[in-house]
Amino acid sequence: MKTYLELFLAFLKIGAFTFGGGYAMIPLIEKEVVVHKKWVHKDDIINLFAIAQSIPGAIAINTSTLIGYKVAGRRGAIAATSGVILPSFLIIIVVATFFGKIARTPTVEAIFLGINGAVVALILVAAKRMVQSAVVDGLTLMIFMGTVFSVIFTTISPVWVIILGGLIGFVSYQQIRERKNTP
Amino acid sequence: MIYWDLFVTFFKVGLFSFGGGYAMIPLISSEIQRHGWLLESEFVQIIGIAEMTPGPIAVNAATFVGYKMGGVGGSAVATLGVALPSLLIVLFISSFFFKHSQNIIMKKVFYGIRPVIAGLIFAAALSIGKSALFINHTPDMSQVNYITFVIGIVVLILALKTKIHPILLIIGSGILGFMTIFL
Repeated sequence: MKTYLELFLAFLKIGAFTFGGGYAMIPLIEKEVVVHKKWVHKDDIINLFAIAQSIPGAIAINTSTLIGYKVAGRRGAIAATSGVILPSFLIIIVVATFFGKIARTPTVEAIFLGINGAVVALILVAAKRMVQSAVVDGLTLMIFMGTVFSVIFTTISPVWVIILGGLIGFVSYQQIRERKNTP
Repeated sequence: MIYWDLFVTFFKVGLFSFGGGYAMIPLISSEIQRHGWLLESEFVQIIGIAEMTPGPIAVNAATFVGYKMGGVGGSAVATLGVALPSLLIVLFISSFFFKHSQNIIMKKVFYGIRPVIAGLIFAAALSIGKSALFINHTPDMSQVNYITFVIGIVVLILALKTKIHPILLIIGSGILGFMTIFL
């Protein structure tokens, strides 16, 4: 029971402070799930991010559900997902009831000038950690650079890039290992 | 029956969108037009609010559209609808994934996928950075949000060199941004 509550509260916190969608959630998840609670090892979390982005649905929800499941099974998945959804749900209902719209007043704009800077910096730091964990040789470096290039300069869906990466990994991993093993 | 319609519509959106919350926006837009639920201008405003409020953009948008069409009950069924496919898919694949994650084939595949995810996160930082740092969201050195840039650099250094929680960095940046109106 305690674990379910901990999962719910951890993801409640993450949901309440994610500004700008699924990627902005990654630094918060790392801090809570990997560093604080040690629920997932830092080398494994990237695999969960990978699955979250390969299946349909919001990345934020997929990630929460996966981590919840890994930590405490089905009920854990439900606890984490409810936690991540609840702040949005309540905040939007309050906004929709009382304001109807949030005016882009100079005050709101100024606050977001600050928050946006922090969000970009935090995602960059998360990316650095992912690179350290995932880019282990020349081939993975090429896959990394190819992905960045394809996202910035083409309109290819990331799903295809993920599938291609998986295929390249499947085909070449063995060859590399075999080469290393032969004197 | 508006509740059922909302649920089915957002379930479909959750089930058929690959690539996270932003990929859902066109899908939600076409569903809303098909049902004649909201005006395009109202929808644009809802997306604006969904981006500014914390939490997954998909959940925010679903909650808001649901509320407009069916009050608190409508927002509950829409949110449930958009989250449920993720939950079901994750529950379905997780038992397989966690059982076989040490499997050699999975290891090979993830060897190739991990650098893709690192690349996607890095590219997300670049693209979010581009729209946050430049006033017109296009790289033009004469139109830089210097406040965002400076705060971003400070947060980057703090996140790399200290153990300050990202939530505190986000709150602090919001406060700093707010204080700039008194400059």
